[in-house]
Order: sequence, then C-alpha cells, then structure tokens
Amino acid sequence: MKGKYDNEMNLEIPSKSCNEAFARVTVAAFVSQLDPTIEEIADIKTAVSEAVTNSIIHGYEDTEGIIKINCKIEGKTIIVEISDTGKGIENVDIAREPLYTTKAELERSGMGFTIMESFMDELYIESILGLGTKVTMTKTIKENT
Amino acid sequence: MNISYDEKDKLLCFEITEEIDHHGSEKIRRQADNEIERYIPKRVIFDFDKVTFMDSAGIGMLIGRYKIVKMLGGCVEMINVKPNIRKIFEMSGIPKIIKIS
Repeated sequence: MKGKYDNEMNLEIPSKSCNEAFARVTVAAFVSQLDPTIEEIADIKTAVSEAVTNSIIHGYEDTEGIIKINCKIEGKTIIVEISDTGKGIENVDIAREPLYTTKAELERSGMGFTIMESFMDELYIESILGLGTKVTMTKTIKENT
Repeated sequence: MNISYDEKDKLLCFEITEEIDHHGSEKIRRQADNEIERYIPKRVIFDFDKVTFMDSAGIGMLIGRYKIVKMLGGCVEMINVKPNIRKIFEMSGIPKIIKIS
C-alpha cells in the first residue's frame, strides 16, 4: 500500500519555547533518510525553528496553543507544513519584508520569513486573521556524489 | 555560557555554549546584560566556537548587546563564527557594525 507520498510524519506540540529545539531536531531526523548534506540539514533546522518561533511568539503570543508540523517526502523533496490556530497575520506581504517586526521590544530581528525563504526552495504562507497561520516550505535535496 | 573578565584590558568574554534560538537567547541576554552592567567593559567578545545552532534570535540578541555596550563606551566583536552561522549574520547586515574575526 502506497499513499500519495513516499513517506509522511506528523507532530503536534504545545507552543512552549523549549519545544523549538525538539521540533527542528525531529524534522531533521525525518529528512535524514534523503541523505542530505550537513549544510542542507542546518538550513532546514533553521527554517523550521523560525516558523515554530513565529507560531509561539506571534500566533499564540505566549499563551498555550497547539502547533502542528506535517512533513512529507516525495522523491528527493521534503515538504514541511507548520500550522497554528493563533491570531493570524494581518498583512502577509508586509510580514514577509526583511527587518519587518511587530515585536521589536522582544529584540526580534524581523528576519524570520527572509531566512525561511532563502534557506528553503519555496515558501507559502496562508493566514486568516483570528483563525491561524500555515507555513509550507519545500526543499529538494541534491544528489550527493 | 562561560564568562571571563580581564580587568587590565577591561575585556569581557562570553563563550556561548547553548543553542541560540528564541528559547536559549533569553538566558544569554539576561546573563550578558548582568555582566556588562557590572563591569562596564571596553571590549566585549562573543565566542561562537561551541555554538552548534543559531537562528534569527541570534541577530536580535547580538544587536541588543551591541547597543548597550556601545552606549557604555565599549565595542563588540565576534570570534569563531562557523559558516552556517556567518550566513545568518551576513543576511542581516550585522558584519557592517560588529566585527567578525
């Protein structure tokens, strides 16, 4: 029996900051079956960390909610979806701009989406105010010879 | 984080040993600010040799400490910055204000 994807993994975690490391390490472990380079692993870990941190700080604003992480593998491509049911983003285009932040008092740099965008191949953001945000990122692991 | 201070050179060194994300940077920030306010150093060095992971939380943490140290009349440097971490700093333009050696 084969599903639509070669492999799939689901993770649900409460929005606690100590789970940021757990989330990125778990996704990295799942991706390791594609035999990525150390650099590719580091890129994916950083992008996952940014998305999960956004859900904690912005989506749930430090109240407790559930963050869902869904990873799929298709060929040599990893698709990572990270979603929350938090407050949502008012204007995604503005939020994507480098250095834009609504949490300067927390010393946030406003580089989260820029890092996700440049460390992964594709980044899609769907957000509805009051309902939540879903970030989808893909990256194709290069053939290592 | 390992902290050392050289009174003669007024040099404060932070050897960061934890992963620098939103979670870890809070602790680094608190500890660093305590020491900076205690010593009012002329030079502050952040040593990244033992840092295995950093995301954008590191950018905000570094810029925040840079502002405080500069206001108190000192300068900030970073050493032993590995390529994966340097990449994040370069995206943010930090190397223009904080020396990486």
